[in-house]
Amino acid sequence: MTALSLTKVNKSFGKVQVLYDIDLQVDEGEFVVFVGPSGCGKSTLLRVIAGLEDATSGEIFIAGEQVNMTPPAKRGIAMVFQTYALYPHLTVRGNMALALKQEGQPKDVIAARITEASRMLDLDPYLDRRPSELSGGQRQRVAIGRAVVRQPKLFLFDEPLSNLDAALRMNTRIEISDLHRSLGATIIYVTHDQTEAMTLADKIVVLRDGRVEQVGSPMELYNNPANQFVAGFLGAPSMNFLPASTVGGAEGLTLGVRPEDLARDPAGLLEAEVTHVEHLGGDTNVVLRGPVGTDITLRLFGQHEIGFGETLRLGFPPERAFYFDAEGRRVAA
Amino acid sequence: MNKARRNPLNNAAMHAILIAYTCVALFPVFVILINSFKTRKAIFREPLALPDADSFSMIGYQTVMEQGDFFLYFQNSFIVTVASLFFVLVFGAMAAFALSEYRFKGNTLMGLYLALGIMIPIRIGTVAILEMMVATGLVNTLWALILVYTAQGLPLAIFILSEFMRQVSADLKDAGRIDGLTEYTIFFRLVLPLVRPAMATVAVFNMIPIWNDLWFPLILAPAEHTKTLTLGSQVFIGQFVTDWNAVLSALSMAILPVMILYVIFSRQLIRGITSGAVK
Ligand SMILES: Nc1ncnc2c1ncn2[C@@H]1O[C@H](COP(=O)(O)OP(=O)(O)OP(=O)(O)O)[C@@H](O)[C@H]1O
Ligand SMILES: [Mg+2]
Repeated sequence: MTALSLTKVNKSFGKVQVLYDIDLQVDEGEFVVFVGPSGCGKSTLLRVIAGLEDATSGEIFIAGEQVNMTPPAKRGIAMVFQTYALYPHLTVRGNMALALKQEGQPKDVIAARITEASRMLDLDPYLDRRPSELSGGQRQRVAIGRAVVRQPKLFLFDEPLSNLDAALRMNTRIEISDLHRSLGATIIYVTHDQTEAMTLADKIVVLRDGRVEQVGSPMELYNNPANQFVAGFLGAPSMNFLPASTVGGAEGLTLGVRPEDLARDPAGLLEAEVTHVEHLGGDTNVVLRGPVGTDITLRLFGQHEIGFGETLRLGFPPERAFYFDAEGRRVAA
Repeated sequence: MNKARRNPLNNAAMHAILIAYTCVALFPVFVILINSFKTRKAIFREPLALPDADSFSMIGYQTVMEQGDFFLYFQNSFIVTVASLFFVLVFGAMAAFALSEYRFKGNTLMGLYLALGIMIPIRIGTVAILEMMVATGLVNTLWALILVYTAQGLPLAIFILSEFMRQVSADLKDAGRIDGLTEYTIFFRLVLPLVRPAMATVAVFNMIPIWNDLWFPLILAPAEHTKTLTLGSQVFIGQFVTDWNAVLSALSMAILPVMILYVIFSRQLIRGITSGAVK
């Protein structure tokens, strides 16, 4: 069944249009990630779905019901914010109970749901503390707990991990992924971090300047990007772009090759000079200056001794090369 | 302050300056207090001397108690001040919330219009206000004063509070909306506690001028039963003779309630800062 469906959703703030004709289908149980650069409208789209902003035009359906006129609390959604947004005057228990009380749930149901959620998120020791007495990671878990107890049809996450440090981010990412699996919940998750998008998503929606660039599973987008923007946005280090003519391609086209598809090859078509080497242990990233002065990144697996200033010959399998026209659209070679 | 960066010499100098300033600021109050307990002669002979067995006298306080209905004046001042502050804070905060939270046509214009009151003193409109009060039959009631002081306090209150309310996390308010809280609950339960320091500031700024005002009580409510303390004390200041004992005693007593209110608000000032809503 369709958990969420958007048709031709537009959003303007006064004269400034932020979202253009967004169409989207999300199936029940799907984990959908919105990615895109800062300011592309991810949060705005999420807030339109939540009902915190009205769509200027277009229709929003949640679980088959049109909700354009429904207030946020009645849409069957729960949201987790980047800044946690816990109620400072309530304990952890109070934070989780508030929405249920507003819904008029009986006391025993509220208690049972809080017990369940706090067990799932290891919040038992903190139930009677206030948010100010918790660490950042604990606060974020409480915020997630507050969403979980509502048993919503749709979870909305707006960059929930961006205030956490790297180690905690990874742990919480795994926790959210587990949560998705164990609850079978439908989740919409906003991030500008492409690693988060690739690791969590069943389906990625790439946004740019208020428009959907491409929708698909992480591997579809990685292997088959519709345009230069998507190709460059997903994958780290990001795809190399250089004029196709430097490797004997057609004039005016841009060639895209992923750093991991390049290899040292005496018969290769590219010649470049090493300007920087990053030894990561498992990988070695080499930055080179290419034929027309463009930077080329080469990702080698394992450890390699490569000196600064060395000239390398690089090749790539032709089927791993992408070609884009002047507007950035994908074209056949 | 960071302990490691604290230089003992700096520290001493800083305290010396602050203590000196405190002395200068409190000196007039101190002089009023000691002289209120002295005989008239002693006041003029040695104004700066502490009252001793010889010069000690409660005559000023006695006069104040006997003359007029001093406790009624006291009560009037208190009612007017507290009620005006209450309305300034409630309506000011509500207007500030609306201006900072909702996008509607004329929002900026409304904000400017409300801020205009900061620049134009309300006394300019005294004649018109008096006419209105006469027309509505509010002359010689405490309501006349409360309404005027509320109007006088609102512009600055709205200006300060809307600035603070803009800083309250938007996510927090949105979380409330998603959890089904009404706008009123969001305002009273989530936003107000977080702007408590600003509310206290506004209260302190408004309190003293209202308590001390002579102009509006004299014009709008000079009747015996609505006299405020400041107006009531004027009976002791005559054109030819001034009963200094009584004036000083009345002033000394007038300090107390404002001081109590101030202590209440300043505790709020400090408390509001310590909550941890968002990261
Ligand atoms: N209330 C508002 N009024 C006017 N413009 C707004 C408003 N909210 C957002 N915008 C504009 O809408 C655009 C999209 O904002 P949005 O917050 O959705 O970006 P985002 O993709 O979430 O970015 P980030 O990754 O930085 O969070 C921005 O250009 C922003 O300036
Ligand atoms: Mg955002």
